[in-house]
Amino acid sequence: MEWETVIGLEIHAQMATKSKIFSAASTAYGAEPNTQACAVDLGFPGVLPVLNQEAVRMAVKFGMAIGAEIAPYSVFARKNYFYPDLPKGYQISQMELPIVGIGYLDIEVDGKTKRIGVTRAHLEEDAGKSLHEDFHGLTGIDLNRAGTPLLEIVSEPDMRSAKEAVAYMRKIHELVRYLDICDGNMQEGSFRCDANVSIRPKGQKKFGTRAELKNINSFKFVEKAINIEVERQMDLIESGGTVIQETRLYDADKNETRSMRSKEEANDYRYFPDPDLLPVEITDELRKQVKADLPELPTAKKLRFIEQYGQDGESATILTSSRQLADFYEAVIKESGCEAKLCTNWVTGNFLGAINKAGLDINDTPISHQRLAGLLKRIADNTISGKIAKQVFDVLWESDATADEIIEQQGLKQITDSGAIEAIIDKIIADNPKQVEQYLSGKDKVFGFFVGQAMKATQGKANPGEVNKMLKDKLK
Amino acid sequence: MHNKTITEQAKDLRSGKYSSVELTQAYLQRIKKHKALNCFITVTEEHALEDAKIADTQLSAGNAKLLTGIPIAQKDIFCTQDIKTSCASKMLDNFIAPYNATVIENFNNAGAVMLGKLNMDEFAMGSSNETSFYGAVQNPWDTNTVPGGSSGGSAAAVAARLAPAVTGTDTGGSIRQPASLCGITGLKPTYGRVSRYGMIAFASSLDQGGPMARSAEDAALLLQTMAGFDSKDSTSVEQAVPDYSAGLNNSLEGLKIGLPKEFFSADLNNDIATTIEAAINEYRKLGAEVKEVSLPNMKLAIPAYYVIASAECSANLSRFDGVRFGYRCDNPADLNDLYIRSRGEAFGAEVKRRILMGTYALSAGYYDAYYIKAQKVRRLISEDFNKALSEVDVLMGPVSPSTAFAQGEKTGDPIEMYLADIYTIAINLAGLPAMSIPAGFVDNKPVGLQVIGNYFTEARLLNIAHQYQQVTNWHQQTPQGFE
Amino acid sequence: MSLSADEVKKIAYLARLGIDEQDTDAYAKDLSNMLDLMTQMGDTFTDTVQPMAHPMDQMQRLRPDTVSEHNQRENFQSIAPQIEAGLYLVPKVID
Repeated sequence: MEWETVIGLEIHAQMATKSKIFSAASTAYGAEPNTQACAVDLGFPGVLPVLNQEAVRMAVKFGMAIGAEIAPYSVFARKNYFYPDLPKGYQISQMELPIVGIGYLDIEVDGKTKRIGVTRAHLEEDAGKSLHEDFHGLTGIDLNRAGTPLLEIVSEPDMRSAKEAVAYMRKIHELVRYLDICDGNMQEGSFRCDANVSIRPKGQKKFGTRAELKNINSFKFVEKAINIEVERQMDLIESGGTVIQETRLYDADKNETRSMRSKEEANDYRYFPDPDLLPVEITDELRKQVKADLPELPTAKKLRFIEQYGQDGESATILTSSRQLADFYEAVIKESGCEAKLCTNWVTGNFLGAINKAGLDINDTPISHQRLAGLLKRIADNTISGKIAKQVFDVLWESDATADEIIEQQGLKQITDSGAIEAIIDKIIADNPKQVEQYLSGKDKVFGFFVGQAMKATQGKANPGEVNKMLKDKLK
Repeated sequence: MHNKTITEQAKDLRSGKYSSVELTQAYLQRIKKHKALNCFITVTEEHALEDAKIADTQLSAGNAKLLTGIPIAQKDIFCTQDIKTSCASKMLDNFIAPYNATVIENFNNAGAVMLGKLNMDEFAMGSSNETSFYGAVQNPWDTNTVPGGSSGGSAAAVAARLAPAVTGTDTGGSIRQPASLCGITGLKPTYGRVSRYGMIAFASSLDQGGPMARSAEDAALLLQTMAGFDSKDSTSVEQAVPDYSAGLNNSLEGLKIGLPKEFFSADLNNDIATTIEAAINEYRKLGAEVKEVSLPNMKLAIPAYYVIASAECSANLSRFDGVRFGYRCDNPADLNDLYIRSRGEAFGAEVKRRILMGTYALSAGYYDAYYIKAQKVRRLISEDFNKALSEVDVLMGPVSPSTAFAQGEKTGDPIEMYLADIYTIAINLAGLPAMSIPAGFVDNKPVGLQVIGNYFTEARLLNIAHQYQQVTNWHQQTPQGFE
Repeated sequence: MSLSADEVKKIAYLARLGIDEQDTDAYAKDLSNMLDLMTQMGDTFTDTVQPMAHPMDQMQRLRPDTVSEHNQRENFQSIAPQIEAGLYLVPKVID
């Protein structure tokens, strides 16, 4: 039988606020256990939550970026369950009236654009962490993370392959970083994902029973976990079994999913509006403010890059993959005044090549946009050739010098004196009568030999165009 | 000096008639002497005397603030830094709060001296102070009867002159009913007027702290200290606090009093009805006009209240899980055993009943029928009050359908106990301010008159109570043996 | 409306609340009586009524995003039932 995979994702993005969603404790990562958990985060008796305005603003920003409805009134609710990393015995989340309503996002897979629906996005507090290292057979609880604001972004079950799921996840990841609302650090857990996966016979309308995959915190694992889960479900059904609705944990080491027994018992979360918090009003004023602050979004930027700079889709995708890179690129154009094509080639080529090779973030680039622009200017005005430019680039990477200083110090200026070039070419023609004869008898390939000799004699500093032109004239 | 009001004591302290240390010692001695009443869970003797000494220095330096040197006792629901805060539960028998409630901070800033922490119903759930882990409190008017609840220790302590004034909290009548049963003056402010920060939550949308004292004049001083906006409480109302003492002597000429006919139905004891009517006649003499009004949905207040309060408490009490503070069972076999036994061993029967009720009301399949329905009924009740209070200035009626009942009389039947709050809980659902004022006696047991005002009219309520207390002396009566 | 002892046990588990086996019937009876009381609301027409979650018709006040809480671990953990290396300890959590 032919099967169709159906996937919906729930993405948890930690909002990049300084303080927690309901308390004034720090959200900084990596502190000593329980040193950033205040009385509110610890669920002490009598203490009360007060909502962080920045968390609300960030959620609204996300909503606007996916063209979603923003609720004029939004309500926080208590989700009740007992777990040691949940200090109050309930999580403050949203059930009815989430801040962000229905929106969408376009993804591209195999050159085709597909629209993925976002059902909703709501704010909630993160839980703490359970540490299972051995404390005499006990579990240790660190509540530093408790109360960190999370935006839970719930998609429609619109994805039909692991590849689409990854594309969607990447797109959300790119977007939240563009918006400056999440640092996107997956290793630190700032950006996490659960996947609802089911299969159905191709052509069937009704959804199959889904399994919820937890703990898939890298793009690579999302793809692997979904594929392995789809395989499991197919094998199960084809051998006469049925899929049960359950939560499954992805084990990256074994590349398998397994049932989470602790979550098996039917949960009844008993959501109800949190009486400690009042309805949140998203005012027109806040909307206007956020709208004014909204940066150009990746899709719009990509289209503009293609249009304005004549880029191909691939280059535009690369250059708009992060806001910082796009900004860097445009700063180079502005600073150098060079043709966009030259800038595109250099930024996507040598520059990103070096950044990636060094494993650096664009923010940590050793070559500022000014210094790179300085180099491109000298290529554009023929001071140096492209080949020499690569040499200069390497020095730029290693030093603080400007391109002009390097060119000057190392005497890399192109020879533009045509008299000098002519003399060299005359000498080469005189010294190599055999090759001249071959060329004149129709062996065009030999022409490269003369160019090579000329460049060698000038240590690459002759303008290749000039050399070509002069050689052609002389060898008629 | 223990028979004086805090208004008088403040004057005496300033004139040097006696010192704060002397005053504090006098109360500490009375607390010891009347230990059998079981009003206090914790007496903070050393702490109090230290504070009194500091107060005396300030008094002699002429730096006295509103309550400098006045001994006050706090309901054991308010968190007090470095001092046990038990909420009258085994669950918090070992709980030393690492912070002060905003109310406690306010008293500290006003210079008050804290005598100790008062007994109450466990987690404020009860109407007789019999659910306390630390045992029942006796009503000084008749020690075989209950003082009411949940602020039973508070009311009994003021009636027995073990403290001149105290705090209470009121979720469904927990200030007014014990004030009525003990013959003292109690005020439940408008929801949001007094910060709930550090006040251990029972039902967050209903809980409100307030003063309990000998007179309206004293209650005004306490409320002045307690009230105010608090940025740490999202439900705190950002509104200026008026001078509650300034208008106490305003005339009541032309005051429009509404008598909700549902408060005077057949369920009300005849003698209490007569007492309330007599009090209302006093108001007529003071120039008030009286008319009948109606609160048609009044009968639904108890069911709506017990759904909402139970639902909220079931979640509020989940944090007591034996992990970070409070009681933990011995040798838990696994995580669920830790939860189940810690909570099972440390919560009393009434608390358990309400957690079970609330859990049920919120669970899948019942949420709409119980919780949402109750919230809708809550709005109907609130609208009834709005309508009545658009016709009159205040509503008056009884606080409690009976006077103090015998210890143990209602413990076997929770519903019977809930009906003790029949006249008070609707006010919490609406969030309105209301007072209980001593209005007479039936069989030597005090009867309270309830006065209900519109939102933020505490100053007017205190004025109305004070004027009554100028022409009556019910509030000055002292139970025998506690003179 | 009446609740069975089994239903009471189910709710008690949901609330992680230990109740003695011998008390289960009494709780069932009390809760059933409470439910009877609550069922009285059923007769009132409320289809057009908005649920009321708070007594005051107010909107949530928002807090500026600033960090003002500092480390109080020692203070907070001085009253904890069981800690080690700054962590709260509980019986093993099995995922």
